Amino acid sequence: MADHTASTIEVRGCKIGLMRGGAGRPLLILHGASGAGTWLPFMRSLADKFDVIVPEHPGFGASDTPDWLDNIHDLAYFYLDVLDQLDLNEVHLVGVSLGGWIAAELAIRSTGRLASLTLVDAAGIHVPGVAQIDSFLRTDEQRIRDFFHDQAHADEMVERLLRPELEDIAMKNRVETARLVWQPRGYDPHLHKWLHRIDVPTLLVWGSHDRLFPKDYAFAYQRLIPGSKVVIVPECGHVPHVEKAATFISELEHFIDGMRAAA
Amino acid sequence: MKFFNFHLMPYRHADLDAIERNGSAWVTFSNSHYDPQKGAELYHEYLDQMELADRLGFDGVCLNEHHQTAYGMMPIPGVLAGALARSVKRAKLAVLGRALPLLNNPLMVAEEYAMLDNLTRGRFIAGFVRGIGAEYHAMGINPVQSQERFAEAHDLIVRAWTEPGPFAYAGKHYQFNYVNPWPRPCQSPHPPIWIPSQGSSSTIRWAAAMRYTYCQTLSPIAVVARFFQMYRDEADKAGYQATADQLAWSNTIYVAETDEKAMREARPHLEALVNRFLKMPVEMLLPPGYSNIESMKRVRAAKVTGKTSSIEELVKSGVVIVGSPSTVREKLAEYQDLAGFNTSLTKTQFGTLPDDMTRANMTAIAEEILPHFRDRAPQGQQPAAAE
Repeated sequence: MADHTASTIEVRGCKIGLMRGGAGRPLLILHGASGAGTWLPFMRSLADKFDVIVPEHPGFGASDTPDWLDNIHDLAYFYLDVLDQLDLNEVHLVGVSLGGWIAAELAIRSTGRLASLTLVDAAGIHVPGVAQIDSFLRTDEQRIRDFFHDQAHADEMVERLLRPELEDIAMKNRVETARLVWQPRGYDPHLHKWLHRIDVPTLLVWGSHDRLFPKDYAFAYQRLIPGSKVVIVPECGHVPHVEKAATFISELEHFIDGMRAAA
Repeated sequence: MKFFNFHLMPYRHADLDAIERNGSAWVTFSNSHYDPQKGAELYHEYLDQMELADRLGFDGVCLNEHHQTAYGMMPIPGVLAGALARSVKRAKLAVLGRALPLLNNPLMVAEEYAMLDNLTRGRFIAGFVRGIGAEYHAMGINPVQSQERFAEAHDLIVRAWTEPGPFAYAGKHYQFNYVNPWPRPCQSPHPPIWIPSQGSSSTIRWAAAMRYTYCQTLSPIAVVARFFQMYRDEADKAGYQATADQLAWSNTIYVAETDEKAMREARPHLEALVNRFLKMPVEMLLPPGYSNIESMKRVRAAKVTGKTSSIEELVKSGVVIVGSPSTVREKLAEYQDLAGFNTSLTKTQFGTLPDDMTRANMTAIAEEILPHFRDRAPQGQQPAAAE
């Protein structure tokens, strides 16, 4: 098992947390609304083959909340700065949920440092007529349960995440999430116009039973990003990298290997 | 003491069981429960009550603002203020809304309030609020921006009233090439500004520094006293001594011949207000960023929104005053001295209370209570802010 380091880096005056482990091509993971959390099993597995880099967004967890942070575009530009500062090239960018939205916004601005893009149950666009849970009217426990298709898995996560010592960080993450997604709820009405600019191989991994951003979103993204591929993970909710980690890893590795074969 | 007849204008015909099943009368409680015929009659019933308050000698009438709820039918209080501006002949007219952060163009409030001040020939009182958390769900405004939008909108409105126009304004949320509202307010430099709040310490500090009248919403009297002391302390820090006229307590009063009769009559209507119309899940009341993390944790820990209260508890803790004329006089004097306020914002109609009982209550308050407090100021030294 590959180990990892946790450090703080400063990018243009903003200090953020950064977990990093493994060796190989850089694989940058942008986390979702719950924060970067800990070095999860899927990160550990990917670190066998990649240099896995997991920053914690400004405003989340132990990262600074800079004055300039107002919306998702600010984070897209910030991560372009991060790529520059760490001088990362040929990056496999993986964005999960809220992080998927940031990744898409980053990629329409520049794919110069990217080798590929993977969006996992991503926010960012709006598909009319698709029912979505309003997570801001859900209790803390419901919100964790909403992530999972398998409620036995959810039981375990509720126990692990609903602890008083995690409350402050959880509330900080909630405030930052609200800042970024409250209105319009989880999307930018202009993003869809520019997704055609994404010119790196793109994979769209979605849980079959995602109730937050149902799989219609995967197909909508597919129509907007040229050449993108959809993989629907069966019996899975909003977080395939957690709920179906083995499937997620094998699909991601298969996609990246396939790219190399094609190249 | 000054008495204002404060109205929430609830949709009092609401199906209370349906509210209970929905978990709240706010945001998600379907407006299919609203019957327009009944609603139209209610608006007139409530406006008639406000006009009665004027004739009975109340010093003012207060309107309110809430959105998408059976709790109150006043999403746009200015409409009702306009209706009352000519029929309320003598009393002051206060709008204890507008939820400034909900507005995409605060200049329209500068205009609306200035018009009302002209229409009433200077009897208007301008309220500025942030709105409660539910409003941010209902109106699609980011709660994280609530405080900065409030601050910016307030500054813009006051400048629009006090600086000769046109001038340009470039804020973070609002930008205008020309700020030049016609009409200007009737009162100089502008109508009195009142700030209702649930007791946020930053709001109290700011209101005291600005010398605005602070109105404490629905709270036990001991808590009210603590917040009012905080206001006086903040005024001291700002270099002046606050007067009791700067403090207003928002309460509910019900008077009948005897204590027993008053409690019996008020019970279902008051309990409908607090246990049905007012109830909402904490996620609805406190969206992330609406207040700071410390106060969010305090409210979540207290589980205030889920609690059911009986009229006995509400009376005992001094959230409301219910009783015979002598009981009500005694309590009100005690509370005035304890908390040091000189304005009572009194709901005479509450929850499901029907028109005849409301009018009887208003008349009883006007005859049995008001005259005894007309020239009464808080007596004795208000206690220090210690918990």
